[in-house]
This record gives sequence, structure tokens and C-alpha cells, in this order.
Amino acid sequence: MTAISSADLVTNLLIFLLATVLGQELIRHVSRLLHTPLMALTNAISSVSFIAALIVLAEPGSEDVQLLAAVAVALAATNIVSGFLLTDRILRMFRKRKPEK
Amino acid sequence: MTDVLVESLYVVSAMLFVLSLKFMAEVRTSRLGNLCGVSGMAVAIGATLMAYQSQNTSLLVGAVVIGAVVGSPIGLKVAMTAVPQRTAMSHAFGSLAVALVGAAEYYRSAPGIDPVTLSVLSGEMVLGFLTFTGSCIAFAKLQGLISGRPILYRGRMYVSLGTLGVAVASGAYLVANPSQEWALLIVAAAALVFGFLLVIAIGGADMPTVIAILNSFAGISAAALGFVLDNRLLIVAGTLDGSSGLILGIIMSKAMNRSFTNILFGGVGAVIASEAGAGAKVAQTYTPDDVATVLRDARSVIVVPGYGMAVAQAQHAVKELADAMQARGIDVKYGIHPVAGRMPGHMNVLLAEAQVPYDQLWEMDKVNPLFPGTDVAIVVGANDVTNPAARTRAESPLYGMPILDVDKARTVVFVKRSMGPGFSGVDNDLFYLPNTMMVLGDAKRVLTDLLAALRNLRD
Repeated sequence: MTAISSADLVTNLLIFLLATVLGQELIRHVSRLLHTPLMALTNAISSVSFIAALIVLAEPGSEDVQLLAAVAVALAATNIVSGFLLTDRILRMFRKRKPEK
Repeated sequence: MTDVLVESLYVVSAMLFVLSLKFMAEVRTSRLGNLCGVSGMAVAIGATLMAYQSQNTSLLVGAVVIGAVVGSPIGLKVAMTAVPQRTAMSHAFGSLAVALVGAAEYYRSAPGIDPVTLSVLSGEMVLGFLTFTGSCIAFAKLQGLISGRPILYRGRMYVSLGTLGVAVASGAYLVANPSQEWALLIVAAAALVFGFLLVIAIGGADMPTVIAILNSFAGISAAALGFVLDNRLLIVAGTLDGSSGLILGIIMSKAMNRSFTNILFGGVGAVIASEAGAGAKVAQTYTPDDVATVLRDARSVIVVPGYGMAVAQAQHAVKELADAMQARGIDVKYGIHPVAGRMPGHMNVLLAEAQVPYDQLWEMDKVNPLFPGTDVAIVVGANDVTNPAARTRAESPLYGMPILDVDKARTVVFVKRSMGPGFSGVDNDLFYLPNTMMVLGDAKRVLTDLLAALRNLRD
């Protein structure tokens, strides 16, 4: 059931490589001012592993499996909630100089 | 049938994540970037819930509620000075989540799992578990629960790499014998121990790089989980996170002129190198009143903040002083070294919190040419990143590291808690230069006194 065909594997590798190149380009252009919120943001984004835990929870499995997945759900949810909230809180602090000065 | 819909929604979600990072390029669009991230996450979760009904709804809801209850106060309340620790914690949570899903996936489909998937799964678990303990130690160091000094012993590199070897070998054994569940436990245990050994031997000043590397590991393990579950959204999101950590790590290690290997295994910061003849050199100490008289005639000032500013919570005092200087017609800029503080961008966030306009925050490469024409450079809680030995002394451990050229300013005001050396354990030549004014004391109190002295000046 979890057997992955070689065609799928190659497609996934391609996606991985393209995402790597794209990621390098995107991150290189991020302002150095924003490296801290960037970390909070990417951490929240990669906690999309939440959905992996959801998928495991939806498959029939023993109680142990369900429990492992549930702990993962709680951890990923913590990161998602705190990551996006913190990113926004930091970004709101960045202000330009008031023009009248 | 819904498969196509779900997959399409995952594509939308991946696109939103990419846009999210694109909008982070500049401050103006950055909040939109965060919004894209939130939307991408909402789409991904919505699509998944639509397609997969949980076998155990109360367990799922309970877990989500716990996550929200723990996560909200962290996101809303954590102090800006504590953001490095919370970042380490989030890497620990993220990587543990990924490792646990990997373990669950193994137990769910153990004997029938194909070798390729199982080898990716083993690798993903090694990376996930080592990132978990590594990040926990980084958290403990940053939070001050344990000493920030590296803990070193003879042959530590062999012990560490040996442990990693055990994890990899057990993983390989598991791939050959998929039904041997105990091998998975060895993989997990060895990876957990390796992460602990790795980070316990790294000093506090190397934390910006370490956090970035752990960030990269957490992202890559998430991407690997995407391979295991054949979930392309997870591959994309994990890879973006992994790329981000990698680039930040490269920027940090370049800013310290050190390789990843040197940072991970070098153990820098343990030895206090007392230089020969250090006793002969005498640093001139001054009072805040002395500094105020120098500032009276200054036209331009560059403030150089470091980790000491964060420790003393002095960012607001810095901003008040800057306001007072600007009121006197002095041009004020801030020079930010990439590795100042304990994580990438740490100083920028602290100063933004103190409402310093971000157009006053200057990167190292842009601010360095300005020091020769600057009247006063005020160093607050930074040390190694200003040490001219990095330029001049080939025997110094700092040699070759790019620094902020504060010594080229007409006067250097160095606010420092004591005459002790920085995290590298190296004495700073700057203290003994004739144009340097050392002001010893807690950064916040010194700056507050300086502010009072500046206001009392009679012109």
C-alpha cells in the first residue's frame, strides 16, 4: 500500500530539486532585516507535516500508531499557531522613520 | 475522484507558500507574505480534512486544542529577547512531529514497506530525532538553563560520529530486515544521543549558525517524510524550510569566517586565551559624563549592538539615547553584524521592538565604509564582531572574520559589563586604542546615565 512506484519517486525527486533551487533563490532575496521572522515563518510552513499526521490518523492502525500521530498533531499545531502569530507580531514592529522628522 | 481535487488544492497551497517567501523579500510586503503562509496552511489542512476522515475524532480535536492552547501564548507573548530560544523550541517540536509520524508510518505498514521507502524513512527519523535533542540543548543553552560554554572532552568527535554511525547502521539493518522493530528503537535512541552530543559541544556565540543548521535539518526531515508518504506538498514545504536554514547557515558561517565542520566540531569558546603581555596594556575607562562631552560636538554616531544589549534588555535605552542625540542634530545609524546576537536577524528585531525605524539599521557591508567619516561609534554589548585582530593578527582565532570597522571612527565608546573577553575568549585590541573610551557597567544603566548626562549638557 505504501509501495512507491519508481515513476513517482522520480517525479518526487524532480519536485525536490526544483523546490531546492526555487527556495535558494527566494531566500537569497529576503532582506537581512527579516531573517528572524523568516525563520518563524518557514518553521510554521514546514509544520504542514500536520497534514501528514492527519493522514496517518485517518488510516486504520493500532492505538500506538494513533497516539504517535496525535502527539505529532499537537506538536505541529503548536508550531503553526505560534509561528504565524509570532511572525506577524514581529513584522508589525518594523516601521519606517516618520516623515515629519 | 476527490483525489484530483485534493491534489489541486495542495498545488494551490504550495504556490501560496512560495509567494509567502517571495513577499518576505522586503519589509513593505512582508505581512502579506505571512498572510499567504497562513492561507496556504488553511488550504492544505482544509483539503486534507475533506479527503481523510480521522478514525478517532476526539483524539484529533484534543491534540489540536492542546497545540492551540500551547502555541497561542508563545506566539502572542514571547519576549523579543527570547525569540532565539523559542525558535530552537519550534525546531525541536517540528522535527519531533516529523520523526513521530515517520515512526507511526513504520508501525502501521512495517513488514510490507518497500526498501527505498524504508531507507528514506530511516534517514528521516535519524534527522528528525537528532534535530529534536540538538534543538532542546540549544534551547537550554539560550534560555540559560545550562552553561552556554561548550562542553568538551577528548575524542568527542569520534564518540559523536560513532553514535551517528550506530544510527545509520541500525537503519541499514532495518531496511534489510523490515520486520525487526527493535532496530527502529536503536535508530531513534542513537539519533537522540547524537543530537545531544553534537550541540552540547557548541558554544553560545555559535548559536546563530547552529540554529540555522537545525532549521535546515528540520526542513529536510519534513521533506523526507513527504517522500515516505508520497505527499508532494510536504516535499515542497519541507524543502523551502530546509533551503532557508541552509542559506542562513551559510550567511552566518561566512560572517564568522568558519566552516560548518569547524562550528559543529571546533568547540570554539572554551579556552580563555590569555595573550602574552596583556598585563602591559591598560584600557582607559571613562564615565558617562565624559562620553556626553564627546557627544556634544559630534555630528554623526553609529551604534553597534550585540548580544550584551539583549542580555541587559537595553534596546529601549538605546533608542531613547538615539532620540536625544537626534534632537541635538546628530545623525544616528545602527551597524548590524550578521552574527550579532543569538540568531540571524536578532538585533534588527530587538531594535524594531524599541521602535527604531528600520531604515536606520545598516548591514555590515554598507555601514563599514562610513566609519572613517563618523565622529563616534558606540558599541553596546558587542565584542568579537568589532575586534580589529580579525584584520591584523594572523595568529588570532578571529583572523579573517569580517568585522565592523568601529576602530576607524574618530572616537569609539565601548559599553561593556566588565573587562572580560568575548565568547571567543580572545582579548579585544580595541580596548587599548587611544581613541577608545571604555565605559564599564550594565548596558542599560550606562546608557540611561549617558542620556541624563547628555540632557544636562550646557552648550
